[in-house]
Amino acid sequence: MSEPQFAHPATAPHPSAVPLIEARRVTRILPGVVPTVLVRNIDLAIGDNEFVAITGPSGSGKSSLLYLLGLLDLPTSGEVLIRGRSTARMDEDERARTRLSMLGFVFQFHFLLPELSVVDNVALPMRALGALSAAAIRARALGLLSSLGLAEHAVKRPDQLSGGQRQRVAVARALANDPAVILADEPTGSLDTKSSEQVFELLQDIVARGKSVVAVTHDLELAARMQRRIHLIDGEVTADSGRSGAGA
Amino acid sequence: MNLVFDIAWTHVRTRARQTGVAVAGVTVGVGFSIMMAALMQGSQDDFIRQLVNALPHITVTDERRNPPAQPAELAFDAAEIRGLTPSVRRRGIKNPLASMAALEAWIPGAVAPSVKVQAILRYAARDVGASVIGIDPHREARVSELPRQMRQGTLNSLFTATNAIILGDRLAEKFGARVGANITVQTSEGAHANAQVVGLFHSGVRAVDEATAYVLVKTGQILARQTGLVNELRLRVDDPMRAREVAARVEREIDYKSVSWQEAHEDLLSTLVIRNVIMYTIVGAILLVASFGTYNIISTITHEKARDIAIMKSLGLSERTVRRIFVVEAQIIGSAGALVGFALGYALCLALGAVEIKSPFMDVTHLPIAYNPWHYAIAAAVALASSFAAGYAPARKAARLHPVDIIRGAT
Repeated sequence: MSEPQFAHPATAPHPSAVPLIEARRVTRILPGVVPTVLVRNIDLAIGDNEFVAITGPSGSGKSSLLYLLGLLDLPTSGEVLIRGRSTARMDEDERARTRLSMLGFVFQFHFLLPELSVVDNVALPMRALGALSAAAIRARALGLLSSLGLAEHAVKRPDQLSGGQRQRVAVARALANDPAVILADEPTGSLDTKSSEQVFELLQDIVARGKSVVAVTHDLELAARMQRRIHLIDGEVTADSGRSGAGA
Repeated sequence: MNLVFDIAWTHVRTRARQTGVAVAGVTVGVGFSIMMAALMQGSQDDFIRQLVNALPHITVTDERRNPPAQPAELAFDAAEIRGLTPSVRRRGIKNPLASMAALEAWIPGAVAPSVKVQAILRYAARDVGASVIGIDPHREARVSELPRQMRQGTLNSLFTATNAIILGDRLAEKFGARVGANITVQTSEGAHANAQVVGLFHSGVRAVDEATAYVLVKTGQILARQTGLVNELRLRVDDPMRAREVAARVEREIDYKSVSWQEAHEDLLSTLVIRNVIMYTIVGAILLVASFGTYNIISTITHEKARDIAIMKSLGLSERTVRRIFVVEAQIIGSAGALVGFALGYALCLALGAVEIKSPFMDVTHLPIAYNPWHYAIAAAVALASSFAAGYAPARKAARLHPVDIIRGAT
């Protein structure tokens, strides 16, 4: 695997005293006959160049928290700030734009668009952002695939790749717009041990390049290898090891 | 390529079967609506053509639209006058040659004089009633289709014999007269003459062919027992559709009743309005049904694409972009369906145009088909509009999907 080319040519890493993502008293309740509390009163901040694991038993609200941090969902109360800016009053388009430019997502299942080729999947966020020319987008997409050892698969369709390869393509797509943070929901959850290790190493590389990674996982061994671990039970943070990993 | 179009095109291209069904739905709608419009328009044009050709475009008769005031009415302001004998007015158009010269100065077409009398034609002990029209063969050729309707002889044959007469072919058939036969003409004015059949014509309109005969103007005047009589001016205008306005001006200028072909056939033309309403209703219904097909397909595609929509939205594509993807998909399907529908519609028109119609009331003919680019343009416009509508509703629904709901469901 060649040296990853994660940095966007147009931007530089953005270390700052302002947290990258901050949740303030975030609560999310699903309405219904019997309202369901997904997360309750979450306060946390994710800084630059952090490798964070969100752990907890099934139904503890790990993924819900990730979606809230990633602006895919809206809190019932409280607010999420991106680089110190509240997202509470953003409209849907503005949240989409923020996701597109600042956040990268990797899901448990690769979630690649099946009709598009691998390189087109990676190029999709760049094309949607529209900051680069078509040639530059293709070059960067091929560069990302090459750096992840997928160059020879660029023109294949996702269904022609193995599970691990697809997940690596999903990582490449998440990196396409050079986001400040990658939000990963069980990124190794559907992979075999070898592929899981490859994807985990990829995430480590991303952190090594100055980005942050927030990954939901139920794999405690994997979580133990990350810098910071946030543990949830019943929608509430019960433990946060902090940046040092020493525990809350 | 534009991102929206690229994704839409990829969806359409990779789902060949669904796309094919949707395109086929639009194709059938467009093709059959073009065929229906061509058929209805063709039959209407044919019908109007027959109406236009059956009579002069404008007929000026020696009548007034409103009866002229009687001398007693002019002399007194009395409220009501009863029991007076109206003054007898000499029949015919006054100074017909001067009137014709005046009309020819501005009319976009031609004028011909005629004398019309009612007569009984007798041959081989059979009597048949008919209108005998005295014409000027040279001028008549410029105002009617009669020269082209001649089956035997020509209009100039009227000059070849004394009291020559040309009969409608069905009229001749009624009493068995052939060209060369000598028949007797007895008019309502009491004139009596022997005439020689010098030609037969066939207009295709049964009422004309079995009850009309043509003679020279001079012969007509003899039969009407009035020298110099011209009781009709027959006008043909370059644009038959302007006949009504030309007729109105003619009437204003020479003060005789001037009837355009539209006025003469007002009742028939009003039925065409109803026909048009029926036609557009049928065509609209066909396109509507096709648009439901498109709606179904786009809805299905959208439903199946819920996960992709969630992915795109989670990546940061806006609702507007997602909505446009599905609208563009519908437009691609609509455009493809319209294009193939053009070919289908044209082929159907050709096939229908080749069908022969035989009827005891008319000559063997083909179905009249109108090839009008507007039919294609309207069908395409409706197809695209209905495709847009069919795509927009599911597209809007798709764009509003909450990605988390789909992602949770998928995981």
